[in-house]
Amino acid sequence: MTMIFGVPLAVFMGQLTLGLVNGAFYALLSLGLAVIFGLLKIINFAHGAQYMLGAFAALLGFRYLGINYWLALILVPLVVGAFGMLLERYLLRKISHLDHLYGLLLTFGLALIIEGTLVNFFGVSGARYATPEVLQGGLDLGFMFLPTYRAWVLVAALAMCLFTWFMIERTRLGAYLRAGTENSQLMQAFGVNVPLLITLTYGFGVGLAAFAGVLAAPLYPVSPTMGSSLLIVVFAVVVIGGMGSIFGAIMTGLAMGVIEGLTKVYYPEAANTVIFLVMILVLMFRPAGLFGKEA
Amino acid sequence: MTFMKKTLTASITLAAATSMAISTAQADISDGEVRIGYLADMSGTYRDLAGPGGEAAMEMAIEDFGGSVNGAPIEILSADDRNSADVGANTVREWIDQDNVDMVGGLVASSVSIAVTNVLEENNGLGIVSGSAASSITNEHCTPNHIHYVYDTYPLANGTAKAVVDQGGDSWFMLTADYAFGHALEGDVTEVVEESGGEIVGGVRHPFPTSDFSSYILQAQGSGAKIVGLANAGADTVNAITTASQFGLTQSGQQLAGLLIFLNDVHSLGLESTQNLLLTTGWYWDMDDEARAWSDRYFEEVGARPTMVQAGIYSSTMHYLKSVEAAGTDDPEVVRAQMAAEPINDFFARNGQIREDGRMVHDMYLAQVKTPEESTGEWDLYNILSTIPADEAYRPLSESQCDLVQN
Repeated sequence: MTMIFGVPLAVFMGQLTLGLVNGAFYALLSLGLAVIFGLLKIINFAHGAQYMLGAFAALLGFRYLGINYWLALILVPLVVGAFGMLLERYLLRKISHLDHLYGLLLTFGLALIIEGTLVNFFGVSGARYATPEVLQGGLDLGFMFLPTYRAWVLVAALAMCLFTWFMIERTRLGAYLRAGTENSQLMQAFGVNVPLLITLTYGFGVGLAAFAGVLAAPLYPVSPTMGSSLLIVVFAVVVIGGMGSIFGAIMTGLAMGVIEGLTKVYYPEAANTVIFLVMILVLMFRPAGLFGKEA
Repeated sequence: MTFMKKTLTASITLAAATSMAISTAQADISDGEVRIGYLADMSGTYRDLAGPGGEAAMEMAIEDFGGSVNGAPIEILSADDRNSADVGANTVREWIDQDNVDMVGGLVASSVSIAVTNVLEENNGLGIVSGSAASSITNEHCTPNHIHYVYDTYPLANGTAKAVVDQGGDSWFMLTADYAFGHALEGDVTEVVEESGGEIVGGVRHPFPTSDFSSYILQAQGSGAKIVGLANAGADTVNAITTASQFGLTQSGQQLAGLLIFLNDVHSLGLESTQNLLLTTGWYWDMDDEARAWSDRYFEEVGARPTMVQAGIYSSTMHYLKSVEAAGTDDPEVVRAQMAAEPINDFFARNGQIREDGRMVHDMYLAQVKTPEESTGEWDLYNILSTIPADEAYRPLSESQCDLVQN
């Protein structure tokens, strides 16, 4: 049997694949954060809660309204995104002229309130969300058994990342957006409704989190606390990639998924810490992040 | 100086007067009230196995007891320890110093329980640990000031691991939560598996908590072991089982052995992914008429079926109150002796007895999760396969490292 660093090739390949799947997930979540921070300069600590809301909305929508998975994948990001827009319009905007820390505290407080309320009603054990029928079963890749659903997560997450990157970097709307955050007064003078643009952007970032939540619902038990543990990792990914860098968030997300996956084979005890180790190294040698522009 | 003297004299006089007034009115109940503190994880990973449901069970016990002991009213204080040993210890210190709490119940995460029982020993309080798993709580961490009531890691290993090996599951891969409780459980299981003629062929220690188990499940699949033992709890166990079912672990001929599984875990996972799982439990709500009758009342209060921990909280609170009544005092030492003197036989405990190390030994049960076809309702989840008698279930006193045991 071929061995790679003392691990059979098949196992190594398997871990690499799983790492990519998790990485796509990190990419999707950190992308939302990066969009919100890069364009709005809001440190969105409610991102984990918004991701959780996405999963919950899918679960409750199915349970009470019979909304199926595919419909949820479209509807839930819209609904949760709209909720995000309300938050931006009526809360975040009021403190937009203050230091970033205030936004961080406000979103963190909101996250605690949302989580606490749901814990009160649903407990923490979590509930199962059934995998849609067409995506059940698995693919035999020769070196491993890959559940079809995970393959789908990889495809869907990457497609969404590309779409977002394209929207912001290559379209006229994206150009307005970037210009609006660079110099909002000038843009307003040109007749662009910058506050509306900001509200929409925040809603879009929140929608991305909710989309990730729907994708996660069949993978993990849907519980009110599912977002809080993930949030810190995702923040580390954004810092490594460079705060606000969209391309950086996507690449770093994938890379961190793979690094974490390999750590789980070679030294599992460090699996939860390895990303933070990378973060420290990056902050020491490239404080602006791997893909960030030097400030 | 004069001021201090005055205050001192005043407080002594006041204390004397109060204690006289009480001693005439309510025998020896300190400050005329029995105060019980309920400390548990009310919002985190372990909320659903004890949490608010455990508090409701405690309130039910007090209500059923009549709300007062020998004329002294019973009062509950409750707090969320957030699974932090520091928060737990500080809360209990405050309860004892400022609120004259006589007994602390609930107590879930093992780390919190060990910290709290140290505080109780320093301050001569009394604690009844219902939710924790670590068997060390009445072994190297035993104190004369607490009792461990519902279960511990010793019978979990002794029940589940032994049964699995007896059924032919003789090669094990261990998936262990990388902290004190996981290590303890892994140790107990390894011992039992090897004694019964099986072997441990590999294992992974995963960080606590972990949400994605896919990598570990892949390693378990690669190990070729017949059994994958889960030495973790709560959300980790739920995540591991979910992932195992997604990766077709059981379809490829391997079997899972959950070493600490609560009713709420199985309920949350659903029978599709947990069917046929073997587990050890201290109690099951549907195991007989008495248990059912109590659970029906609980269900009306809370809206869910009780876990063994929640049932144990009722049973232990009741036993405590009866002992206070019989002893005519809430003095911790006297009450603990009284509690140990009386055997416990109620809807929860069979052949229950509190030993000198503080361990409440009682019959334990080997159970198997039903298949979706067998189950007749949302909470119809276990088949009880056999009873592990009280005197065999727990670590024998002859192996105890507890200072209270004369060896």
